[in-house]
Amino acid sequence: MSFNQIFVEPWVSHFSAYWPILVMAFFVTAACGLIGNYLVLRKISLVGDAISHSVLPGIAIAYMIAGSRSDLAMFIGALIAGIFTTLIIELIHSRSKIKKDAAIGITFTTMFAVGVILVSLYGADTDLDLDCVLFGKLDFMASKEKVFFGLPQIVLTMGFILILIILLIVLFYKELLISSFDPSFAATLGIKPRLVHYCLMCSLSVVVVSAFSSVGAILVIAMLILPAATVYLLTDRLWLMMILSILHAFLSSIIGLHLTVALKVSTAPACVVAGMFLFILSWIISPRYGLLRYLSSSFDLSTFQKEN
Amino acid sequence: MAEIIDNSPALEIHDLIVSYQKKPVLYGVDIAIPEGSMVGVVGPNGAGKSTLIKTVMGLVPHSHGWVKIFGGDLKNSIKRIGYVPQRESVDWDFPVSVMDVVLMGCYGGLGLHRRPGKKEKDKASEALEKVGLEAYSKRQISNLSGGQQQRVFLARALAQESDLYLMDEPFAGVDAATEVAIVELLCQIRDQGKTLIVVHHDLATAREYFDMILLLNMRVVGFGKTENVFNAELLQKTYGGRLTALSEIADKLAREKI
Repeated sequence: MSFNQIFVEPWVSHFSAYWPILVMAFFVTAACGLIGNYLVLRKISLVGDAISHSVLPGIAIAYMIAGSRSDLAMFIGALIAGIFTTLIIELIHSRSKIKKDAAIGITFTTMFAVGVILVSLYGADTDLDLDCVLFGKLDFMASKEKVFFGLPQIVLTMGFILILIILLIVLFYKELLISSFDPSFAATLGIKPRLVHYCLMCSLSVVVVSAFSSVGAILVIAMLILPAATVYLLTDRLWLMMILSILHAFLSSIIGLHLTVALKVSTAPACVVAGMFLFILSWIISPRYGLLRYLSSSFDLSTFQKEN
Repeated sequence: MAEIIDNSPALEIHDLIVSYQKKPVLYGVDIAIPEGSMVGVVGPNGAGKSTLIKTVMGLVPHSHGWVKIFGGDLKNSIKRIGYVPQRESVDWDFPVSVMDVVLMGCYGGLGLHRRPGKKEKDKASEALEKVGLEAYSKRQISNLSGGQQQRVFLARALAQESDLYLMDEPFAGVDAATEVAIVELLCQIRDQGKTLIVVHHDLATAREYFDMILLLNMRVVGFGKTENVFNAELLQKTYGGRLTALSEIADKLAREKI
C-alpha cells in the first residue's frame, strides 16, 4: 500500500465514506475522555467498566418492555441499568466489608451475565447481536442515511451529548473540582459530594450508552481511561487536562482512521491502539514525568531552582 | 464546667454518642467551648479526636445528643466554620496549584456554577501571605514539603474567613520553625475573637499552646482551663499510663508542684 492510498485517498476519493466514521470516533473519544478525567482522578476508572457492561441487560429489558427497537426505550433502559449498577456497587461497598474493587467486580459481571442470558433467550427475534455489543459498529456509520453535513443522525446525537458534557463541566467546574479533590471539605462548604458523584455517574451512563453502539462495551473503557491517563502525565492543571484530552481524542481518531485504511481493520480498535500509542509517547517524553527524564539527568533540580 | 459563664458558646456539644458499626467511638461528650478560646484536643490514638471534629462538621453521623454552633444548628452556621482536615486525607498528586486549593476556601460564599473572581483571588493571596507561601501560589501541590502542604490547608481555612476553626492535627509532619510560625498565626486568629479547636498529640507542647484543653479518650476525661486540667492525674487517666513520654511529663508536673 502506498502513502497515497493511506493518507490521501480517504480525504479525497472516499471522503463521504470516512467522514462520518471519523467524526463519530472523535465525538465518542472526546466525550468519554472528558468524563474519564474525573474517573481517573477520583480513582474510580473501573466504574466506567462496570457501567459499560451493565448497559446490556438494560437494553435487553427495555426491548422486552417496549417491544420494539426504539432508540429512546433502549437509551432509558441502559441509563437505568447504569445508575442501578452504581447504586448496587455503593450498597455492597458501604453495607459490608467488601472493598470497592471487589464490589465493582461482582456487580458488573453479574449484570453482564444477566444481559447475555436475556439476549440468548430473546435475542433471536431482536436485532441485538453480541458481536455488536462487544465490538460496536463504528464502520457501519457510512451506510446510514445522512441528514446534516454528510453525517447520520446517530453522529449528530453523539455531538449533542459531547456539547452537553462540555457545558456541564464548564458550569460545574468548581463543584466537580472540589468534590474530586477533597470530598469532606466540599461537604463542609455545603457542596454535596454524593450528589455530585451521582450526577457524574448519570453523565457517565449517558456517554457510555451513546458510545456503546458504535464502539462496544469493552473498547469504551479504553476511550474513558486512555485520554485521561495520557494527559495526566503531561500537565498539572485540571483545565489543561480537559483541553489536552480533547486533543488526544482528535489525534487518536485521525491516526486510528489511517490505521483502519492501511490495515483494512475495524475503526474502533484502531482508535484505541492509536490512543495507546499516544499514551506511550507521552509516558516517554512527558517533560515532568516522562521516562526520558530519568535518562537525561539523575537529579531533578527544578524544585530547588524554583525556590530562589 | 463552672468556669464557662458565656450564654451562647461557640460550640456546645450535649451528650453526644458516635458509633461505627455499633461500636461506640465517642460517648457522653458534653462540652461548651466559649468564644475566643484556643482549645487543644488531646488523647491517645483511637480516642476519637478526629471523629469528634468530623462529627461537629457533620461528616460523621451521631446516634445520640446534639451539636450547636453559636447557639444554632450546624446547617445555619456551617459557613461560620473553617475546617482543616488531616493532610493525608487528600491525594496531593491531584492536578491543581496551591492557589486553586486555597481558592476552594471561598467556594462556600459563591453560588452554584459561579467562578471565583478577583475578590476571591485577593482573599486567597492574602491567606497565602499569612502562612508565608505567597511565592508558591502557582506551584503544583505535590511539589511541596509536608509542612508547606499543611500550611496550604491552613491558608484555605483562613480564606473561609470563619469564626470557628476546627483543625485536625495541623502540626503533623511540620518542622519546628514552621510549627512556631503556625502557633503564632493561630494566636493572632484567637486574638481577633475567633475560636479554634485543634487536635494535637504532642503533650510536651500542648500546655504552652492552648488556653483550654480537652482530654479525650472515647469520653471526656477532663475539660477546662489548661492549668486546671493538665495535671498528672487526669493525663494518667486519659492515657492509661501507657506512654513513657507521659510519665516524663507527669514527673515534670509533679516536680513543678514541689
